[in-house]
Amino acid sequence: MSAVGLAVGDGVVLAKRNLTRTLRVPDLMMSSLIMPIMSTLLFAYIFGSAIQVPGVSYTEFLLVGVFVQTVVFNSVITGSGLAEDIQKGIVDRFRSLPISPYSVLIGRTISDLANNVLSIVVMVVTGLLVGWRIDSSAGEAAAGFVLLLAFAYALSWVLAVVGLSVRAPEVVTNASFMIIMPLCFIANTYVSPEGFPAVLRVIAEWNPVSAVTQAVRELFGNTNPAFPPGDAWPLQNAILASFLWIVVMLVVFVPFATSRYRKAVAR
Amino acid sequence: MPPSVARGFRRGEPAFEPGGEAMMTAAIVAREVVKKYASVTALDGFDLEVAEGTVMGLLGPNGAGKTTAVRVFATLIQPDSGHAEVAGIDVVANPRAVREVIGLSGQYAAVDELLTGYENLELIGRLYHLGKKGAKARAEELLEQFDLTEAAGRRLKEYSGGMRRRLDLAGALVRKPKVLILDEPTTGLDIRSREATWEAIGELVASGSTLLLTTQYLEEADRLAHRIAVIDHGKLIANGTADELKDQVGGHRLEVTLRDAADLDHARAVLAPIGHGEPVATQEDRRVVVPIAAAGGVLVEGVRRLDMAGIEVVDASVRRPTLDDVFLALTGHRADKAEQNGEGVKAEETKNEEPVR
Ligand SMILES: Nc1ncnc2c1ncn2[C@@H]1O[C@H](COP(=O)(O)OP(=O)(O)OP(=O)(O)O)[C@@H](O)[C@H]1O
Ligand SMILES: [Mg+2]
Repeated sequence: MSAVGLAVGDGVVLAKRNLTRTLRVPDLMMSSLIMPIMSTLLFAYIFGSAIQVPGVSYTEFLLVGVFVQTVVFNSVITGSGLAEDIQKGIVDRFRSLPISPYSVLIGRTISDLANNVLSIVVMVVTGLLVGWRIDSSAGEAAAGFVLLLAFAYALSWVLAVVGLSVRAPEVVTNASFMIIMPLCFIANTYVSPEGFPAVLRVIAEWNPVSAVTQAVRELFGNTNPAFPPGDAWPLQNAILASFLWIVVMLVVFVPFATSRYRKAVAR
Repeated sequence: MPPSVARGFRRGEPAFEPGGEAMMTAAIVAREVVKKYASVTALDGFDLEVAEGTVMGLLGPNGAGKTTAVRVFATLIQPDSGHAEVAGIDVVANPRAVREVIGLSGQYAAVDELLTGYENLELIGRLYHLGKKGAKARAEELLEQFDLTEAAGRRLKEYSGGMRRRLDLAGALVRKPKVLILDEPTTGLDIRSREATWEAIGELVASGSTLLLTTQYLEEADRLAHRIAVIDHGKLIANGTADELKDQVGGHRLEVTLRDAADLDHARAVLAPIGHGEPVATQEDRRVVVPIAAAGGVLVEGVRRLDMAGIEVVDASVRRPTLDDVFLALTGHRADKAEQNGEGVKAEETKNEEPVR
């Protein structure tokens, strides 16, 4: 078998194992299924109705923000899952087997991708129930989902680095949220950054989360004239900018996570 | 108990005949292996050679470097310097190939709590690339062999410590490895599980596999291992068959158990003149052990002297040295038998049993 075939083959076996675990841990179930449903409902009813924008639906605008926030939050599992498997000696057991050295990371990121698919499916269904609609072609909509998942996948590798650097599983979640919270909220997920103070506005404009959110809104036809994207380049060219961000994240963080993994396990 | 087991584990002889008559090739080799951690040198020029098809027992006090050595052979860590090979394959240059031929069960059971027993073994089979069917068949076979069929569908979370340990061990046998490496495989097992484990190990060794086994139980090493290596402070300090090691320590032992621990020092002084070496007393079991040159007459003489000194004796005997004596003589510790409940519970330092010299 080729090296890549082996890495993916073993990765898929391990991804299945990770998913089985996810479905059996009530906490993880909560974060990947129940939280997304709750967020969708809360945002749709509480904020969607509280903020009245004449003539347009704020709910449509909001829900893409909820989608993005959910997949970003889900990426925490990548780091904490790795840290836990290393701490419990499970990774050592795997490493004593003739598997590809990349398969543990590949398996982890694949299962987290599958996890995101699950979250998105339940959010889309919930969203449709509360009146959210995609106002674009099937092709554009599909591209929107692919972009969302591709971004989540790239982000998994970033959080893998956090998990492999911090190592203590209890600390990983907190450390991850310190990165993820600003990423999620200093952005256009729920409001237009136009009104942010100057520094925050610049950060928000160049935040990859903003580019992805804007791109998905465009692809779903969920943009809202009451919330203009702003003039910054990444928001005016959101699809291209998102694509570039994803490529850069993968190019930087796949090798980084791999070398971190080597260091973390060889002790 | 199957007859093979009864025969196999008679005291004082190795349980299994080495596979093949010529034991020329070494299945495991370590030369001058050094592994340093920030504050300790875990392996400090460690040497070892295990002949193909034999069982090597690796003994040593806590912190001696046993697990570190195991991790080097299992390609989990790289030595800082020195050379190590398994089945003729360099562990540093070609870890992938080493992993194809070894089966490892580490000191602490590395099982997946959320998966069932069956799922755990099936996963390992899949990662050995046995295919779906192959992995399933092998998992079922091993569950049967380790008496876990009933628990096969239960998650590991619900397993007892001993069941976990057995499952972990079964995981090491999934691929019928050429070289099996077991780090304290029976710590925490009850007698029956231990027998089952020995039997499984026996079958594997009988079919030509090599086994490196670390253990806290000298009895286990005595029964299972063809040869025993003693490691301390990261160095090999003795190596030979159980008999050779016992001979190395030499002679016989006069062992007396006193009624009152307060008499220990006095008893040592009284017995010193008839000994061949310094008598050693252990507080905990109120025992004095005196190395003696030959058995004849010493027992009577020793008891007489103690009686004259007014020291009450509960038990007295003359015996050949045990591995325990070997261990004590070589490392200055008694082997650690305190740990009975395995997992996670590190054996206490041997302070209670520290000889009073
Ligand atoms: N990852 C590590 N980081 C730092 N020190 C370590 C590490 N692993 C082992 N050591 C140290 O190396 C020495 C040898 O440890 P090792 O685990 O090999 O001993 P052992 O013979 O297996 O002991 P035990 O009988 O308690 O299992 C000890 O002093 C231990 O503290
Ligand atoms: Mg150990």
